[in-house]
Amino acid sequence: MSTAERRMPARRANRRAFATLKSIAGFVVVVATTYLGLLAVTFFIGRVVPIDPVLAIVGDRAPSHVVERVRQEMGFNLPYYQQFFLYVKGVLQGDFGTSVLTTNPVMTDIRRVFPATMELATVGTVIGAAFGIPLGVLAAVRRGSLADQIVRIVGLVGYSVPIFWLGLLALLVFYARLGWTSGPGRMDVVFEYTFTPITGFFLLDAILNRDWAAFRDIVSHIVLPGSLLGYFSLAYISRMTRSFMLNELSQEYIVAARAKGLSETRIIWGHALRNAAVPLVTVIALSYAGLLEGSVLTETVFAWPGLGLYITNSLQNADMNAVLGGTIVIGSVFIAINLLSDVLYRMLDPRTRTR
Amino acid sequence: MNETAMTRREWLLTDRPQSRLQARLGRAYVTWGRFAANRLAVIGMLIILGLIVLAIFAPLLAPYSPYVGDLAKSRLLPPDAAHWLGTDDQGRDILSRLIYGSRLTLQVVVLVAIIAAPLGLLVGTVAGYAGGWVDAVLMRITDIFLAFPKLVLALAFVAALGPGIGNAIIAIAITSWPPYARIARAETLTVRNSDYISAVRLMGASPWRIVLRHIMPLCISSLIVRVTLDMAGIILTAAGLGFLGLGAQPPLPEWGAMIASGRRFILDQWWVAAMPGFAILIVSLGFNLLGDGLRDALDPRGSSQ
Repeated sequence: MSTAERRMPARRANRRAFATLKSIAGFVVVVATTYLGLLAVTFFIGRVVPIDPVLAIVGDRAPSHVVERVRQEMGFNLPYYQQFFLYVKGVLQGDFGTSVLTTNPVMTDIRRVFPATMELATVGTVIGAAFGIPLGVLAAVRRGSLADQIVRIVGLVGYSVPIFWLGLLALLVFYARLGWTSGPGRMDVVFEYTFTPITGFFLLDAILNRDWAAFRDIVSHIVLPGSLLGYFSLAYISRMTRSFMLNELSQEYIVAARAKGLSETRIIWGHALRNAAVPLVTVIALSYAGLLEGSVLTETVFAWPGLGLYITNSLQNADMNAVLGGTIVIGSVFIAINLLSDVLYRMLDPRTRTR
Repeated sequence: MNETAMTRREWLLTDRPQSRLQARLGRAYVTWGRFAANRLAVIGMLIILGLIVLAIFAPLLAPYSPYVGDLAKSRLLPPDAAHWLGTDDQGRDILSRLIYGSRLTLQVVVLVAIIAAPLGLLVGTVAGYAGGWVDAVLMRITDIFLAFPKLVLALAFVAALGPGIGNAIIAIAITSWPPYARIARAETLTVRNSDYISAVRLMGASPWRIVLRHIMPLCISSLIVRVTLDMAGIILTAAGLGFLGLGAQPPLPEWGAMIASGRRFILDQWWVAAMPGFAILIVSLGFNLLGDGLRDALDPRGSSQ
């Protein structure tokens, strides 16, 4: 064996390490530019678009010396690029300014309301995946059948229906007329004083507290908005599942599995779905991000005290700090989930690794 | 076979078209055949045609005024023969308001498409044709916008610009161009190295001419499909903004705003909020069906998906 041949593995390892380093650096650049882009847009919305951002904060009835003082304090007399630098610095330290409406720092408010939104989106995604995946598989396996058509229509309606309207109708039917569920809000007033939140996720808190009466109440409150969001994610997940499954079922390994005499159940759930699961993880992650956004309208209808309701309440009171703070938080989570699903996809699918 | 004896169908489907017009008509005929075979797609098309007819002939079709109602006698009447969809809290006929509202819906959809699609087309084709750092920068910007939550960003934009249908349109357009840029770039990459582009370049065409006259037209069909599929989302976003009081302002009969104003009466006079919702559902379903059908007809490869 010559020395050149012996050196080969080392050089290959070097090259691989370099490639890894390069992809990590690329990833950091992507994260940083995307996040800076988000901040640039919110900065633009908050500082450049309004005719006078100071008036937008203090209100148009503030006396002129207050306006001038705020302008100085917040650095609004500086050029835009310096303002932007200060703005980014503030946001990175978790400083979104103070809410005019609640007089709290926006970050404190958001920390309080965000778990409610996450809980709702999580319940929605669980419902969406639990029903969407089997429906999508069914539609793909019985392609062109009545079942396929029904799943398709259910999905199309999910894509086409205004969520706030469906929420109103659901409240009318299931709460007001039938009395099957509780109405708007997260829990009954009765429990509000006895219930001690631990994590902010009330379902979890009730279990931790072993407070079953509260748990039942929370479930009956979350079931309507949760199913509603679940329906929307079902529309997306079932459609994508069907498409992925059709793709897998036409592959040669399925023919081979059939030739081996495996049962259809085993082929569909054990082989095809398992391979479709990789892109499905991405789809589910993206639908979770979509639900965080969809919560803005849903929470308004159901008076759900989450980030969406916080944003819309602030909107109605022209509380721009709070609106933009909420936008940044939802945007950050959105970006994070987008990138995370990208990374997950690469980790789960070995074919994408070597490139 | 004598040319005069050809049937119209044969003339359209001929392998040797005599003119460019004949070739185009032939292509259109084949595409139409594929489209018309899809019953749901035809339903979607009819819904959208119906919407356009309603919008054009609103003054003729609406039985009552959309703005003035009889406050004394016709407040919150349930649907009956005189008011097919009932009346709202100001005694206005809901059907008439919905018919006039179709104009606003159409306006939003058309204007967003007119602003966002050419913007995306331009960004995508330039990025794809230029390549190099121009491509890298433009696509990074596109990806950044693509990673944003659209509805929340549109909300923030309208909050800063002030409520109103014009600002809502701008906000939606700003957040909806990135997918078009991605599609246009992908299409550009597939054709930029083809022979006919090289031929045009050899004949001395400038890059702008190549992009505008020879690349952009090829991107149009996939762009139309995507825009049609996005229409439903645009309508829903506009309705959502209207529902939150950020879109069209009263007394304009915008469907989302109508749902918001009917919300107070949902328990006893459900039709006030329910009827506009059905209108939104039907129209966005129409766009979705039409878009699906167009995709299958224009791009037979992807039809199984």
